[in-house]
Amino acid sequence: MPRAATERTCVLRLENISLSFDEESKVLDNVSLEMWTGDTKIILGAAGAGKTVMFKVALGLLRPTSGRIYLFGEDVTDYGENRWFDVRARIGVLFQEGGLFDSLTIEENVAYPLVNRYHKTADEVHPEVEESLQFVELGHTLEKFPSELSGGMRRRVGIARAGISDPDLLLYDSPTAGLDPITANNIMALIIQEREMRNATSAIISHRFQDGHIMANFRYNPESKRLEQIPDDSPLRRGTRFVVMREGRIVFEGSERELDASADPYIAKFSMMRSAH
Amino acid sequence: MLDILKSPIVTFQEFILLAGRATTNIIRRPFYASDVILQMDTIGVGSLPITILIGFFSGAVMALQMSRALSQYGATGQVGQITAITLVREMGPVLTALLVAGRNASGIASELGSMKVTEQIDAMRALGTDPVKKLVTPRLIATCFTLPLLTIVADFIGIIGGYLVAVPLLALTTSSQYWNNAWRALEYNDIAQGLLKPLVFAYIISLVGCLYGIRTTGGTQGVGRATTQAVVVASVWIFVCTFLITRVFVNL
Ligand SMILES: Nc1ncnc2c1ncn2[C@@H]1O[C@H](COP(=O)(O)OP(=O)(O)OP(=O)(O)O)[C@@H](O)[C@H]1O
Ligand SMILES: [Mg+2]
Repeated sequence: MPRAATERTCVLRLENISLSFDEESKVLDNVSLEMWTGDTKIILGAAGAGKTVMFKVALGLLRPTSGRIYLFGEDVTDYGENRWFDVRARIGVLFQEGGLFDSLTIEENVAYPLVNRYHKTADEVHPEVEESLQFVELGHTLEKFPSELSGGMRRRVGIARAGISDPDLLLYDSPTAGLDPITANNIMALIIQEREMRNATSAIISHRFQDGHIMANFRYNPESKRLEQIPDDSPLRRGTRFVVMREGRIVFEGSERELDASADPYIAKFSMMRSAH
Repeated sequence: MLDILKSPIVTFQEFILLAGRATTNIIRRPFYASDVILQMDTIGVGSLPITILIGFFSGAVMALQMSRALSQYGATGQVGQITAITLVREMGPVLTALLVAGRNASGIASELGSMKVTEQIDAMRALGTDPVKKLVTPRLIATCFTLPLLTIVADFIGIIGGYLVAVPLLALTTSSQYWNNAWRALEYNDIAQGLLKPLVFAYIISLVGCLYGIRTTGGTQGVGRATTQAVVVASVWIFVCTFLITRVFVNL
């Protein structure tokens, strides 16, 4: 059941975030970003640009050296770990390295957010877990361990776990990295479905310009169960923004058309149209 | 000069902070009892066979070494006393701790290090679990509980090893004299330091392992580095602390 997208509130705001691990270099340099309900952000950038670090700052896993973080309208910058737990409960996240617990089965991994946060038993959440694993077409792997699955399957388990607690904000860190094009496109289709079904605000980090293109131009049609082109005047299209990061800074933010039109060679590298030639 | 000192000081500070958090978590909810039991099994039960082996041979070798020195003074009857005192005060705790450091500080560091580089620790925090509570505290409790027990086993088996060398093998003394001497030699002071040491070493082993594991960066290579560092650092601190504790007890 799609949530009413009537009131638009500011889900995430990063304000002049800087972060450095050592004195010499800044990993994030004065980064500002805003996400409103229903927005989709596609974050592009070369390896080491600081994309993952930015996600971890938004999750409170890394503390910025300066700047402020607002989540769901609250200034959470100075929250202690316990208050962060409550904030993070509203965010679903897929980690770049997977972050699946080796010692737990697939079922336990996907159930973890529900069991851990809402103190439900494994039996109580079983139907929900099974359903969300079926959604990613892994209904038959409940008893397996993460090490027994392929890379693409693990990625899908991660997507199921990110979405299971029905979060208001979904963060996907490089969901298609290291996968073949077909598997990668399947994963993107799942992410788009997840976005439409939960009507969540989502941000996705990617190296592949195709991912951004799919995210920006397609939506899931529940009737035909297929992806279809988004009409030009749809608000979904307006809410989709590309962000390009370089060496800790955001060097571009705009629509796909603006990305295609950019004169900067670094930015143009991430444009689908321009890199095709 | 200051730069060289900075990193060890920061590490030491992190160690103290981690020790504080892990210790206060012992009495805070939620408790992860099954993790504690699992760790007791790997650390305690897993180290038992090798502890017995090492304990036996260290006692035996001590009796062998002492046999020559004592016969020079015609004091071979004292062999039980000397074996017992050295084992309970020093050899038992230190050897057992070094053994467990090699086995478990490395094991803990590599396990937590792999979890760190695959972002499992981040995922834990993102999903509402405090990794110190879930990972560090159970390992601390398990080590604090099992290391003193292992030490007692090593002490006891060592005294038996000494007996086998001193009485049946070399006939330095009689059976009853050996056991009498061994038993009477031990004072409360010896027992106290023999049990305080493993407790301190347990803190060092588990927390150094956890700290180096949690701080791992740089992929699988980093895990290897963290593992090696954990064993080296834990072993060095075991020797430093046994010196400091002995220094205190000598004065008592
Ligand atoms: N824990 C850390 N300690 C020190 N430096 C770090 C740490 N985490 C990240 N960095 C550094 O921060 C920079 C940005 O890293 P980040 O992981 O955000 O890159 P990224 O944009 O996600 O790259 P990729 O696309 O390869 O995932 C890198 O230079 C990295 O070496
Ligand atoms: Mg990254």
